[in-house]
Amino acid sequence: MPLLDVNNLRVDLPVEAGMLHAVRGIDFHVERGEMLCLVGESGCGKSMTSLALMGLLPRKARLSADRLEFDGTDLATLSERRRSDLRGARMAMIFQEPMTALNPAYTLGNQLCEGLIRHRGVSRREARERAIYLLGRVGISAAKERLDQYPHQLSGGLRQRVMIAMALMCEPDLIIADEPTTALDVTIQAQILRLLRELQQEFGTAVIFITHDLGVVARIADRVAVMYAGEVIESAPTPALYAAPGHPYTRGLLSCIPTPGRTLPGSRLQAIPGVVPSLVGDVKGCAFRNRCPQAQPTCERTPPLMSLPGDHRARCHFADRPVPAPRQPETMS
Amino acid sequence: MGTFIIRRVLVAISVALTISVVSFMLLHLSGDLATSIAGPEATAEQVERIRVDYGLDRPIVSQYLDWLGGALTFDFGRSYYYQSTVVELIADRMPITLTLGGLALALAVSISIPLGVLAALKRDTWIDRLALLFAVVGQAMPSFWFGLTLIVVFAVTLQWLPAAGSDGWQHFVLPAIALGYYATPAMMRLTRTGMLEVLESDYIRTARAKGLRAGSVIFKHALRNAVIPVVALAAVELGFMLGGSVVIESVFSLNGLGQLAWDAISRNDYPVVQAVVLIIALFYIVLTLLADVANAALDARIRTR
Repeated sequence: MPLLDVNNLRVDLPVEAGMLHAVRGIDFHVERGEMLCLVGESGCGKSMTSLALMGLLPRKARLSADRLEFDGTDLATLSERRRSDLRGARMAMIFQEPMTALNPAYTLGNQLCEGLIRHRGVSRREARERAIYLLGRVGISAAKERLDQYPHQLSGGLRQRVMIAMALMCEPDLIIADEPTTALDVTIQAQILRLLRELQQEFGTAVIFITHDLGVVARIADRVAVMYAGEVIESAPTPALYAAPGHPYTRGLLSCIPTPGRTLPGSRLQAIPGVVPSLVGDVKGCAFRNRCPQAQPTCERTPPLMSLPGDHRARCHFADRPVPAPRQPETMS
Repeated sequence: MGTFIIRRVLVAISVALTISVVSFMLLHLSGDLATSIAGPEATAEQVERIRVDYGLDRPIVSQYLDWLGGALTFDFGRSYYYQSTVVELIADRMPITLTLGGLALALAVSISIPLGVLAALKRDTWIDRLALLFAVVGQAMPSFWFGLTLIVVFAVTLQWLPAAGSDGWQHFVLPAIALGYYATPAMMRLTRTGMLEVLESDYIRTARAKGLRAGSVIFKHALRNAVIPVVALAAVELGFMLGGSVVIESVFSLNGLGQLAWDAISRNDYPVVQAVVLIIALFYIVLTLLADVANAALDARIRTR
């Protein structure tokens, strides 16, 4: 049984223009101890998915799912009280913005310890010892002194390390990391990624890593789920996805990554033309067809989720056929 | 924290000195004091004698330095009107004003903060609307009218509480309600706005993601940050209530500082006027200082600024 099993998850948000279908029936699962990457551009529903899993959706949002099970517990019908018993204890979250994710009024020690005290009923002294241990593990020196510091005394990279330590305090089974490196400098990004991967393997924690950066995915993910316009349009083990992407959107994303040695100096970087369709109201047919270089009349119909060799699925009518010649990319010099 | 407080105290002292200079000069620029003390029927000789007797013929700077020297040793001279020193007069009236202001502030804080939090949590519901109505009524109603209404209802009709005087705690209930209600709306609305803003912030989402209980999220994580501007406002409100409660004091016949200032102004009792102005300014300065220190205690970022 997977640790997290999601089937036909939908999140709807009422907005002025009507009903925004932020997440439109997605399926995925996470095994114990594995790292799943959710990839997609802004507005594809990946953050809404993570908030739905944590039970932290905006008040007006409506959630429905055929199955939303965490370790056999149905999250969709759980009371808010039982839900808050799981949050922080068995599933934890790391957010995108380390600069604002910590409360300016309390010391790091206070904020690190309170979750453990709440969930495990340990003494403040025991909680501080675990906090010191974990701060050390995430690479923060002089951990003991740091406990009495305030968030504003730390850089963004350090704060994100604190957030990681905070997520690990109760030894959760699942950590959801929502673009944890996006707000950081590139050099710090690499450190944080390496750290997350190490800790995930050391503690055997399952991680859902949310990112828009396929370059990051290749380095850390066991499996990848690519999201587009509120749907998972392709999911596969990482090597399979990179070797033979089944969906034109995934191929488009991969061709956007400049590769040292292959991308010629001075050549224009690839981009996917067009914009994501509006998610207000229903989307008819394949959501990607107006940007797809291989679009056919068939794409007016909603594509099925096609199974490919290996644990690989893609939501495209042509996923199992040879790739037609790609539309000539516009080149400019 | 130590250096922070020392810095603020030095600023406070220089503000107090500036106010003493400005208020002294303003009073002396407002007209010929000797003429107004002597009254409209006095002869030129009598005015001259008063001028010499009261030391008003000397240069203004030396008059100020004399007065300041006295003020530093709590000697503000004698009242022109009462047969006692200014310090005695003030010592007599101060407890009444402090009791009234303190009670009114306690009342205002204990109503406005819970109500503001509740309104923010129940945003756009009938509870929120009711709290807004309560605030609008409080802001729109003149305090003397509200005071008189309280007297009519609770003192005259129901006879639960006395209407006038300052002999026991019962005498302070109605004036404290009248004065406190006046300070409540602004603090309530500031609490509500602050809470709404803070509840949207990332660190509240972090607190919820840790699975903390709702009470802990609201009171520990949100209120502490939302209440920071309210502390500063409360200090100003209390300063206002201590210095400007003349209306309420006269409605309820309480002989406080406000009443003393009013009488002194209408009787040209300048030593009293000057001392009361300085004391009210000192109230404001001390309260602002306390608010700064309280805010620094609430928010670590202020301390290092």
